[in-house]
Amino acid sequence: MKVRAQFAFVFNLDKCIGCHTCSVTCKNTWTNRKGVEYVWFNNVESKPGIGYPKQWENQEKWKGGWMLNGGKLELKSGGRLSKLLNIFANPDLPQIDEYYEPFTYNYARLQNAPLSEAAPTARPLSMITGDPMEKITWGPNWEDDLAGEYAKRSVDKNMDNIQKEMYGQFENTFNLYLPRICNHCLNPACVAACPSGSLYKREEDGIVLVDQDKCRGWRFCMSACPYKKVYYNWESGKAEKCIACYPRVESGMATICSESCVGRIRYNGIMLYDADRIEELASTTNEQDLYEAQCSIFLDPNDPEVIAAARAEGINEDWIIAAQKSPIYKMAIDWKIAFPMHPEFRTLPMVWYVPPLSPVQSQIDQGNLPLGPDGAIPQAGTMRTPVRYLANLLTAGKEAPIVSALNRLIAMRSYQRSVHVEGIADTRPLVAAGITEDQAKEMYRYLAIANYEDRFVIPTGHEEERLDDAYGFQGQNGFTFGNSSSAGISKVTLFPRRRKETLEPAELAPSADKS
Amino acid sequence: MNESMYSWNNLIFGFYPYIALSVFVIGSWIRFDREQYGWTSASSQLLSTAGLRLSSNLFHIGVIGIFFGHLVGLLAPYAIWGTIGLSSLGKQNIAMYGGGFLGILCMIGGVMLLWRRMTNPRVRATSRTSDIFILAWVLITLGFGLATTFTTAHHAAQGSADTMMAMAQWAKSIVLFSPKPELVSNVEMVFRIHLFFGLSLFLLFPFTRLVHIWSFPIGYLTRSYQIVRTKRRIAE
Repeated sequence: MKVRAQFAFVFNLDKCIGCHTCSVTCKNTWTNRKGVEYVWFNNVESKPGIGYPKQWENQEKWKGGWMLNGGKLELKSGGRLSKLLNIFANPDLPQIDEYYEPFTYNYARLQNAPLSEAAPTARPLSMITGDPMEKITWGPNWEDDLAGEYAKRSVDKNMDNIQKEMYGQFENTFNLYLPRICNHCLNPACVAACPSGSLYKREEDGIVLVDQDKCRGWRFCMSACPYKKVYYNWESGKAEKCIACYPRVESGMATICSESCVGRIRYNGIMLYDADRIEELASTTNEQDLYEAQCSIFLDPNDPEVIAAARAEGINEDWIIAAQKSPIYKMAIDWKIAFPMHPEFRTLPMVWYVPPLSPVQSQIDQGNLPLGPDGAIPQAGTMRTPVRYLANLLTAGKEAPIVSALNRLIAMRSYQRSVHVEGIADTRPLVAAGITEDQAKEMYRYLAIANYEDRFVIPTGHEEERLDDAYGFQGQNGFTFGNSSSAGISKVTLFPRRRKETLEPAELAPSADKS
Repeated sequence: MNESMYSWNNLIFGFYPYIALSVFVIGSWIRFDREQYGWTSASSQLLSTAGLRLSSNLFHIGVIGIFFGHLVGLLAPYAIWGTIGLSSLGKQNIAMYGGGFLGILCMIGGVMLLWRRMTNPRVRATSRTSDIFILAWVLITLGFGLATTFTTAHHAAQGSADTMMAMAQWAKSIVLFSPKPELVSNVEMVFRIHLFFGLSLFLLFPFTRLVHIWSFPIGYLTRSYQIVRTKRRIAE
């Protein structure tokens, strides 16, 4: 057993209102630079829809993620030799139009136009060429709130094995929001596909990063990531991706997308897992068993054996405590209401999703739907969003875990309804859904109230492990690109090394309390 | 040939190779040491993929073949050719037909790439001057290289491999630090122009995107797929 800690997320889709605040705060923080105008580390898709970039979920088209080749795990885009042979032109690389051609508007024209009968217009300008664009035909969120033709949106890979025609009718249509960031996978395909070895997973928190110094722009990370969450900065010629806001997370703060989420749907926490079992579990034969396989990689943070093994690996005490209080562990393991997105990609993603209930109130009022035991709340299978769709999205098509999760969410509501409306705690739905009264109360606290301190349990990073003298380092540097923030890691350097640390003594004076 | 002509020859074929090679090595080193963030293949595939599979592969396969062909052809010791029973005329034929073939591949791909770079609005708008300049320089060098095959064919028809032997000897004299510029002072002008453009590529190398050649990721073949970095200082 090799215990490692992972900084992980849960997004509660039941409460996502599709406001895109997460996308905008992320954009303003990280990707409002030249070369990454088209990049959204965080984006929110309306589903069903083909998403950003187009049809990213269709790995027959993009060859992202892993596959089993005679029982052995191999990159779907091909092994090491095929990478080197295709290095001059990556056959699976999406062109920028698959995302969208970034644009702005000629706003200056609104102020500079001479006096005229008609109001002046601001034409769209390409942010790549600077030329006017005749017509904008695609954007990062073109299908927002089910915009566009159903025929085009229903190409959505999650509609496989679903009778599509039925859901194209207005009365049967359904919509859910899918906020997406990098999944900081346990078995990242981007890392495996990088020929120069610039992508890496951090041992301490599992955040996946691109070493901007080492990246040579070979582009295989972009196509290998099945979630299409590694991007190419055409200005710098380097790959960039969601950094899980590590400068914030190391300070114990939530990521900016989570912090700014007005629906309070995002949870940040620590999961302990057994790194020795990654390959074995990612190689699970049956795709539909991958969700359970991933559940089994996580370690119980309250198990004394696990705690001892974690300490032996050098995991700090505050991280173990954070893992014990992890909202992720509660939702994914204790309550089994959160799921990894597309486990069939075999990357063991670490952003998990609580499936959404869907509104059917008018149908209930008309008596068109069978109800649960409380006579007020519908059953999982009768809701607007087909269970099959959620299963295709979250469990490689296996419906039972999704139905169980939806039933638990319903039972929790039904129980709360009985307490607040009837004045009598009715635990029958809880028993039927397999949760205890205490669990239902806690689920209510975490999901409905969603207190800040329950959502975000983030231990601070331990910089003292890296720096001899943190005090001496203060004021030395900010966060920049380029060479100004790096002293370099090469053993031999051509020029004198920069003197980075001050001469302040690192030892503290002896405490006055000691007598 | 007059005195001043000889000194030009000395400069270009006696001294310039050392200047170019020194800048190549030290310049690459400095840039690697200080400017890693700018060290990239600078791919433009994201902006336009159409036709790139054909053009980029033709160009790169051609140019890599030509590079190793020159390396072996110019610098391998004579003894080797004798051991494998290859006459100097046979070697010249291999250089002529093999080099010509690879050169044509490279030229087709390169012209396609240059055309794309100049006419594709996105690629044109995001091209740095140095991107266009270095591609054009490579193609000019290649053009003169291809032109030399006709001259070589003429030599071959006369049953002579002397020019090729002289140039290989000159290249060896350079790398062995006993430069003999006089070996190439009398070869046809087209060879000398090709040599000058080729040597200059080494000089220009560190200042352009060509540096990505150093980074061909051969180590990927033996590396484990997953990479984990720790912030803990590993005891040195």
